[in-house]
Amino acid sequence: MQNSGIEVLFEGSNFERLLGGLLVTIEISFVSIVIGTVLGIVMGLLRTLNVKPLQALLRLYLEAFRIIPILVWLYVVHFSFTPLLNIDISGETTSILVFSLWGAAEIGDIVRGALQSMPKHQEESGAALGLSRGQLYRYILIPQAIRRMVPGAINLATRMIKTTSLVVLIGVIEVVKIGQQIIELGVIKAPTASFWVYGFIFILYFAVCFPLSRISRRVERRWQN
Amino acid sequence: MINTGELLLEVEGLQKSFGERLVLSGIDLQVVKGEVTVILGPSGCGKSTLLRCLNGLEPVQGGRISYHGQDLAGPQVNWREVRQRIGMVFQNYELFSHMTVLDNILLGPLKVQKREPKEARQQAEQLLGRVGLLDRKDAYPRQLSGGQKQRIAIVRALCMNPEIMLFDEVTASLDPEMVREVLDVILGLAEQGMTMIIVTHEMGFAKSVGDRIVFMDQGSICEIAEPQQFFTQPATERAQHFLDIFQY
Amino acid sequence: MVMNLDWEFIAESLPLYGDAMWLTLKLAFWAILFSLVLGLIFSVILYYKVKGISFIIQAYIELSRNTPLLVQLFFLYYGLPKVGLRMSEVTCAIVGLTFLGGSYMTEAFRGGMEAVSRTQVESGLSIGLSRTQLARYVILPQAFAISIPSLGANVIFLLKETSIVGAIALMDLMNVAKDLIGMHYKTAESLLLLVAAYLILVLPLSVVLSWLERKVRYAEFGD
Repeated sequence: MQNSGIEVLFEGSNFERLLGGLLVTIEISFVSIVIGTVLGIVMGLLRTLNVKPLQALLRLYLEAFRIIPILVWLYVVHFSFTPLLNIDISGETTSILVFSLWGAAEIGDIVRGALQSMPKHQEESGAALGLSRGQLYRYILIPQAIRRMVPGAINLATRMIKTTSLVVLIGVIEVVKIGQQIIELGVIKAPTASFWVYGFIFILYFAVCFPLSRISRRVERRWQN
Repeated sequence: MINTGELLLEVEGLQKSFGERLVLSGIDLQVVKGEVTVILGPSGCGKSTLLRCLNGLEPVQGGRISYHGQDLAGPQVNWREVRQRIGMVFQNYELFSHMTVLDNILLGPLKVQKREPKEARQQAEQLLGRVGLLDRKDAYPRQLSGGQKQRIAIVRALCMNPEIMLFDEVTASLDPEMVREVLDVILGLAEQGMTMIIVTHEMGFAKSVGDRIVFMDQGSICEIAEPQQFFTQPATERAQHFLDIFQY
Repeated sequence: MVMNLDWEFIAESLPLYGDAMWLTLKLAFWAILFSLVLGLIFSVILYYKVKGISFIIQAYIELSRNTPLLVQLFFLYYGLPKVGLRMSEVTCAIVGLTFLGGSYMTEAFRGGMEAVSRTQVESGLSIGLSRTQLARYVILPQAFAISIPSLGANVIFLLKETSIVGAIALMDLMNVAKDLIGMHYKTAESLLLLVAAYLILVLPLSVVLSWLERKVRYAEFGD
């Protein structure tokens, strides 16, 4: 049988190494989502308060992430922290920092959107039943708000996992970097390695993101009515 | 008055179901040229579905719809051609929201019938004049009231020069004060001898416009009678019950 | 944090950033144009549920939306030549961005088409319009207006995604900034220019988009 080159994926510990690299990506996303969610909920609540300067400030914060690409922010933190602020910071920490701040902005917007889109009559009919303020939040407002938030939040998670692929560009050793190492090592023995390795990484990302977007779509449809 | 003259449309044993549910079970109906048929019946009796079948908007499961010797219930119907001759107006005055009044009216004559623009435009303006809306010809649907929109929807169908007009509860979504202006247009058409099938809930209108009343209930026709007869002495108990509901 | 910026350095670097912005705009222009064309064709095919092709398009959408552009580009640029398909950096970038953008544009158009009400379609049918006429005169014009906000969001998205093409050796804004930092250690100046460049590229679009969004929402031709 002719050597197709796909063997490069299974040589030595290559397969495990690639999966390990993927795990680094997922870890960065996961930690960032957790931190981002906590910060984002606070931010979202703050944005519903009617404090004009605060609203403007938080809006500006969100727009900063919507207008400037994430990769630019990764570069800004990566290149400026050590030389300008004399703080030694690893690629992973840089990534988590940037992704958490981005996540906070987006989750904040999701929370704000969910809270503000709550129909007034829901609150009024609850109050008409004699529910206390606390009961109103506990049984009506919070459950409904969560339903409005979850699909968007899962969506954000998918976007974030895809975007973490960029961290290789600031020197984090993750799945793409490990792929590059495998390709470089096998350059003579397996000349088609880059086709298989990048193809495989492509499939890996798909395998992680596709189920997530499926779930988000299903949740969205189920909770629509 | 009933069933004389040239037979235009003949429905025989028409069957229609949505999945398991039978909504039309064996409808027989004949429409003669120049005749105004009003279909009455409680909600969900299948009267709107019947109209939609006649315009090919719903596939049917059995029976025949004969129109100029062509079976509209068959598989190989050129609906594009038939629809040019059977006009339809809907409940929700569905004007195309991105086009002006005149463009709405001219879309069919120009693009479907490929008529001479000048001639089609003349007819459109003449029809608009007749419903009293010539001055609104360049307006967009959003700038019009419901009654105005519905009158224009009627003009849009008329401008195709149809042989038969189908009206599907055309006043049901209108504010009460606008019902009259629309019904007057239809009455005018009746006076000119237009063949029409009208589904409505307006009893007084049904009485004055209809040459005959078709009363439907639960997917079939219960009785066909002249208006005078139907509104004073309906033949069936179900019709009597239906009429009772409309009188306090 | 008070920094003494080297204004002379900034002035000297401006042409470099200008060239890179021009490259970004060029790439984005072609990618957005091709994505729109792709999206328009695909969404019509999906709307009419053309057998066979619809499934392939659906599969493409999932692949495109659930994988990162960086990996798509690496595969195109480093992977494909190994099986005989070699493209220039610029071609690769445009193909990659279009592969990504095509699915987003398809979804935007499709959302718009599905928002055109069933009754509008039926009135079109009732005056005898054919399927193509229905699409051309009734569905697409309305769908397009409904889709404007999401199409605009996609345009901004693609413009921002061009920041990744530096990874396949194109001298884009990211690489200009990186090189300047590496060669001259003018970190603050280089990064400042980088952020400014993206502000200049994206901010006007973003302002226009939110204006359009408001206009579409309030002046919808609906009833």
